[in-house]
Amino acid sequence: MLERILTLLRRLGHSGIDAVWRLGYAGKFFFMTLISSGTSARRPHLVVREIYYTGVRSLIIIIVSGLFVGMVLALQGYETLQRYGSSSALGVLVALALVRELGPVVSALLFASRAGSAITAEIGLMKATEQLSAMEMMAVDPIARVVAPRFWSGVISLPLLTAIFNATGIFGGYLIGVVLIGVDEGSFWSQMQAGVDFKDDIMNGVIKSCVFGVAVTLIAVFEGFDSPPTAEGVSGATTRTVVTSSLVILMLDFILTSFMFRGA
Amino acid sequence: MTVPPENFLEISDLSFSYDKRPVLKGINMSVPKGRVVAIMGGSGCGKTTLLRLIGGQLKPTAGHVKFDGKVIGELGRSALYETRRKMGMLFQFGALFTDLSVYENVAFQMREHTDLPESVIRDLVLMKLDAVGLRGARNLMPNELSGGMARRVALARTIALDPMLIMYDEPFTGLDPISLGVIGNLIRKLSDSLGATSIVVTHDVQESLQIVDHVYFVSEGVIVAEGTPDEIRASKKPFVHQFIHGEIDGPVPFHYPAASYVEELGLNHA
Repeated sequence: MLERILTLLRRLGHSGIDAVWRLGYAGKFFFMTLISSGTSARRPHLVVREIYYTGVRSLIIIIVSGLFVGMVLALQGYETLQRYGSSSALGVLVALALVRELGPVVSALLFASRAGSAITAEIGLMKATEQLSAMEMMAVDPIARVVAPRFWSGVISLPLLTAIFNATGIFGGYLIGVVLIGVDEGSFWSQMQAGVDFKDDIMNGVIKSCVFGVAVTLIAVFEGFDSPPTAEGVSGATTRTVVTSSLVILMLDFILTSFMFRGA
Repeated sequence: MTVPPENFLEISDLSFSYDKRPVLKGINMSVPKGRVVAIMGGSGCGKTTLLRLIGGQLKPTAGHVKFDGKVIGELGRSALYETRRKMGMLFQFGALFTDLSVYENVAFQMREHTDLPESVIRDLVLMKLDAVGLRGARNLMPNELSGGMARRVALARTIALDPMLIMYDEPFTGLDPISLGVIGNLIRKLSDSLGATSIVVTHDVQESLQIVDHVYFVSEGVIVAEGTPDEIRASKKPFVHQFIHGEIDGPVPFHYPAASYVEELGLNHA
């Protein structure tokens, strides 16, 4: 019995040490990525190419999801608001829910699933097929040439995708609220304009999406770079990217929200 | 210890361990300039590790690798990268960049390390591809190539900047006899025409003995035999004899160490 408890404690200790070690390694990796970003700055076409793969190719899922989220918000919001005779505030409800919370969070979750997993799998397979080793032997730093452009592409893409998500979400809310249910169009837009503050709502949403962009893309490139060079290793790394990113997004969202909207 | 000028690569008392498992134990080797040298041995004997130590991808536990007068393990990052520009390495399965075409793969190093105009890069890429017989395949993607073609493209990419040292990691693995002959022929021809020093890590005996100048046999982390191809063919050493003739049992046992077979089957109680 005692032996079992000791074994369990030993395993827990090992897991704890491994987790701290990986966290430290990820921190070092982040630092290396930042100081190796000169190549991306000198050759912006490397970043632009990755923005196409991570950002442009995520457009469909972002637009379709944004539209449906906006439509659902309008339906649910109208249901509640009409009980209090405030259905004209539907526009501001949809807009605030999107720019403050749902836009940054859902876009980041979708981005992690669509682009984050693809980045991890690509880098992981490049490692497994010795492409990264080949690059090193050609005196080309894989962090500068492969990791940094992908990292910056994610950091740039996610806030833009969030903006598109918000815009299509609001359009979805308009379709349901104004076109389908018949809320007054003038009050829908005017209340939205009056109720949404540029600094407190939109900029805070932008800050959130930028932070999520850094977190998700860093996790994706790190997991790919650190994955064991086997099929199982790459598959595990891809799964970890999606799971870790999702948890980190929700955790960061709580932390950021608690700072940004305290008492507002 | 001074390195004789003709020894382009000098390996002294080189040891390396993965965690606590020793892989190489005191390897000594010297490779004169312009020679083609084979490093042979069974799977897992540390041949590829040796190449990685030469390329500076691993640091030795003891001893050193001296290339062109520089101790590889002591070089800083930028000095190591500078030295690697004089090296080329052909990986076991080519390691072509799968998102780049054949042309872009060969042009990769030229674009990364030189400021050559596009027209010059184009001419150089076509020359390198012509040398491996694949000028006509320049627009193909790596997934459209056969194993032999991918290896030839990788070879063209390896020699893109005319390296002084070319390392080949199992260049013959998984190739049909024609591709095997083509790659073997190219290794010798390119080494001679570029004046490069070549190290071929392989366990393909027949093909390698036809193209190399000198052979080192590695077993259990140490060099067990060396000599010219003729000396190796005539060697009476049990390990070399077993390896050259592909005998099932010998110094390299057929059976992985295990408990007594009779005991494991529980037959000693009968």
